[in-house]
Amino acid sequence: MPPLNIIVTVKQVPDTAEVRIDPKTNSLMREGIPSILNPEDANAVEAALRLKDEHGGTVTAITMGPPQAEAVLEEVMCFGVDRAVLLSDRAFAGSDTLLTAFTLSRAILKLKKFDIILCGRQAIDGDTAQVGPQIAAFLDIPQVTYGEEIIFFEGAFRIQRGLESTREQVEARPPVLVTVNAAGPVPRYGSLYALEGACSGESLKRWSAKDLALSPAMLGLGASPTAVKKIFEPDRSVKGEVLQGSEKEMAAKLIARLREMSCL
Amino acid sequence: MINLLTEKCIACSLCVKACLLDGIRLDGKIPVLTDYCTGCGACVDVCKVGAIVSEGKPAPPPDLSFYTGIWVIAEQQEQGIHPVSFELLGKARELAAVRDCKVAVVLAGNAVGDYGDALIQGGADDVYLVDAPFLYPYRTCPHERIIAGLLEAHKPEIVLVGATCMGRDLAPRLANRFKTGLTADCTGLMIDDQGGGLLQTRPAFGGNIMATIVTEHQRPQMATVRPGVMQAVHSDKRTGTIVKVEVTPDSADDLVRVLQTVVKPGSGVELEKAPVIVSGGRGLQGPDNFSMLSELAELLDGQVGASRAVVDMGWIEHAHQVGQTGKTVKPRLYIACGISGAIQHLAGMQQADVIVAINRDPYAPILKIAHVALVGDVHKIVPELIAQLKAAH
Amino acid sequence: MDFSFTRAQVLARDIARSFAQTELAPHAQEWDEQARFPAEAIAKLGPLGFMGMCIPKEYGGSNLDGVSYVLVIEELASVCASTAIIVSVHNSVGAYPIYLLGTEEQKKIYLPDLATGKKLGAFALTEPNVGSDPASIETSAGIDGDHYVLNGTKTFITSAGTSDTVVVMASTDREKRGRGISAFIVEKDFPGITVGAHESKLGIRASDTCELIFENCRVPRGNLLGPKGSGLRAALNALGFGRVGVAAQAIGVARCAMQAASSYSRERNQFGKPISSFQAIQWMIADMATEIEAARLLTLRAAKLKDEGQPFAAEGSMAKLFASETAMRAATKAVQIHGGYGCMKDYVVERCFRDAKVIEIYEGTSEIQRMIIAGNVLKK
Repeated sequence: MPPLNIIVTVKQVPDTAEVRIDPKTNSLMREGIPSILNPEDANAVEAALRLKDEHGGTVTAITMGPPQAEAVLEEVMCFGVDRAVLLSDRAFAGSDTLLTAFTLSRAILKLKKFDIILCGRQAIDGDTAQVGPQIAAFLDIPQVTYGEEIIFFEGAFRIQRGLESTREQVEARPPVLVTVNAAGPVPRYGSLYALEGACSGESLKRWSAKDLALSPAMLGLGASPTAVKKIFEPDRSVKGEVLQGSEKEMAAKLIARLREMSCL
Repeated sequence: MINLLTEKCIACSLCVKACLLDGIRLDGKIPVLTDYCTGCGACVDVCKVGAIVSEGKPAPPPDLSFYTGIWVIAEQQEQGIHPVSFELLGKARELAAVRDCKVAVVLAGNAVGDYGDALIQGGADDVYLVDAPFLYPYRTCPHERIIAGLLEAHKPEIVLVGATCMGRDLAPRLANRFKTGLTADCTGLMIDDQGGGLLQTRPAFGGNIMATIVTEHQRPQMATVRPGVMQAVHSDKRTGTIVKVEVTPDSADDLVRVLQTVVKPGSGVELEKAPVIVSGGRGLQGPDNFSMLSELAELLDGQVGASRAVVDMGWIEHAHQVGQTGKTVKPRLYIACGISGAIQHLAGMQQADVIVAINRDPYAPILKIAHVALVGDVHKIVPELIAQLKAAH
Repeated sequence: MDFSFTRAQVLARDIARSFAQTELAPHAQEWDEQARFPAEAIAKLGPLGFMGMCIPKEYGGSNLDGVSYVLVIEELASVCASTAIIVSVHNSVGAYPIYLLGTEEQKKIYLPDLATGKKLGAFALTEPNVGSDPASIETSAGIDGDHYVLNGTKTFITSAGTSDTVVVMASTDREKRGRGISAFIVEKDFPGITVGAHESKLGIRASDTCELIFENCRVPRGNLLGPKGSGLRAALNALGFGRVGVAAQAIGVARCAMQAASSYSRERNQFGKPISSFQAIQWMIADMATEIEAARLLTLRAAKLKDEGQPFAAEGSMAKLFASETAMRAATKAVQIHGGYGCMKDYVVERCFRDAKVIEIYEGTSEIQRMIIAGNVLKK
């Protein structure tokens, strides 16, 4: 069985569980919010590493982001990823999902060989779940989404998909793109043995738009088909009633209110 | 694209205050755009001295007038048509009224030949049925190929897809075929009175803010919508046409094969349909306390929901999870027990008609959106509710 | 002066934090209550490089710098102080002395297994009659052919029962006192070693602390570590590094106590308000935070000096002294903030309090640290 060429896409995201709107300035409080590896990308990396552990081969991680995104590449190299590529260029800024997928797909083509591309299902800042399938579309390869378990058997990938109410066992011939969700394999810990190599930069490549032979005219905000027209705070104002009294009294009042509102 | 004419700037910082995303800052007295700017133009509107201008796209806009009609991509599920398809048809009818155009729906699957009338009653003017054994269970390749062909032939201006596992798998590939914009998980869809484009509103940053997105120069404008967000319509009096589309499989379809399908445990939970949901969070302090919520739910003819925290801790199955990474629900009554109200949870239930929150923390965020709030011990209040409701019967 | 960490140091810390939260947090209370050695967690740490942090790659270690080392120990200790000391002792005084002083042959025999965690290391200096005055140790090492023969008792030895290899200090020449002490690499299955009863302790309960009794224990001559008579100096050097790890452990415990007290004070209401809104509580938390920050800076400075190859004995003592006393003060305040609940085993601050007291005493009491620091100042 020949070794596998595995690519995994990862993203550095703000920890949106911690993001809040500052009531005084009415804008997103970004300062001090830690940046993390997108959680479902960690599951995708683990799926990649398990395939490599079983069959041999190389795992290459790619990310598109500002220079500080190198931190997630170093992190996944501590998990065991062999090489990493950072796509960073001002021209990429403001890309919507289509342009992000386009840029990533051009980088993947530059890496030439791959048997499987693994992506986290969606990122916690955009929540679109579009980039994975759109990379597959640009590369004109099949995709399998909602992957939870992936093995390689007799020349094909077998993927267990977790759908709304069913689990599907699917077989896909390489090359294929698979998106992995949070029910996918539990990520391993980083190894302190890999720290020095991961942070030395020797396995990390940095590519700009020029390295991908792409012109700024076809990149970023200007080339994205979608545009943000308005940003606003959701209207959450509700004139609510706070009930008082003992537990017994509160329960009684609640039942009375619900009757009044025809909820019972 | 936002351009700053810094020599005109008087450092009044109105622009800084107008931006929700921290996309513009004042560096001393000089305005500076940050990486967070999305080009939405909110700052352009408030600058009184014309120091901020918005540069439109260089090429003249293409003629998009021959793209017309609103299409819905319906979804076959084990027992019939997924309810989201009818919700989308309801919305499509609304949009079609403003655009003065027709609504079409395509349903690709196996043994779907009899669903035409139901789809017409649900709001479609034209139904395209693609009926073939190789189309169920769903696989990306044949569906993409066939539906893209229909969209290419009929050139709709808007395409709506349910944000289900199938929809989120298919919609991005279709968007890629047309190099067009796709907005995921829209909570609001409207026609812009200036220009007639589709205004697509969705939550971002875990639900902390809302964004309205537009696809100005490409067609079709594509959007996915979660089940339970839009409203289905129904009319027996509607008429329409049914077209049966003939298709043949392609060898490329079989690069992916479905070997086996198994039903997941806990899949009998249908939160989206429940009129009443009694939901539990960390404040319950233990998985055993879900039994009293089950009892209360049963008395109210409802179902049990849960916050993500307790699902992650294994107290209850994922099928009960309400929120951004769980289900979006719009019940008549939502009772949140021991749930603090993280934004991601609110995103999944704040559309409920009546929200009741029971929490011992007077500062819990959920109390701000509750119609009726009870500040107290959920372990005492819920048994009281159960006892009093039983006594009343 | 650059106060920032390198990305590698931040990553080391984050890896340790992730491990601690998933592998140690669910069990720390149980291990403490049952005084049970965290064998499953220790077994997982080896392959990840946590047991060879002070050993270079050529001998199987992960070769972290001192700053990364203290960040890692702090993270482990903030969840389980016992696991932290087992790891710290193994690294700094179990394996590191063999690297510093061993012959090439000794390094090749012992370091790979220790560095990868296949074997666990310990260090034996303290005796029933000898604590702060190590020059007076009574364990003797006579010569018999090509073996040394050890006789004596060591007490309060961390990982005495579970360890495979122990660096033991014994006297080869009583008359020379300090200069007559030598260090030996002793394997636990050498004939003549008995492990005494497992002590039931006030704190750090999951670490197995026992007596080691040597009765005509035969140690091959090739296991003399370093030149004869250099053992005390070697021990004190090793302990000098060990105490930087203990300082980091203390900071972890203090941080745990402070975070628990902060959260509790925000949720606990009295007189219609959360108690975090009362100044008395706020001042306690302010003091905790300030002292922890100061302790961390002292510890990082000692670690940085070591990385630069500079002497750091005084700074290491300052770090251990201040950090361990900070942990005791922070834990005491944290228990107080919790009120009655602070005395209940369900609340982590109760364990922080007991662990902090032990940390104040072992690896060089506060009194010894003060002696070392004063000695350093007064000699100038």
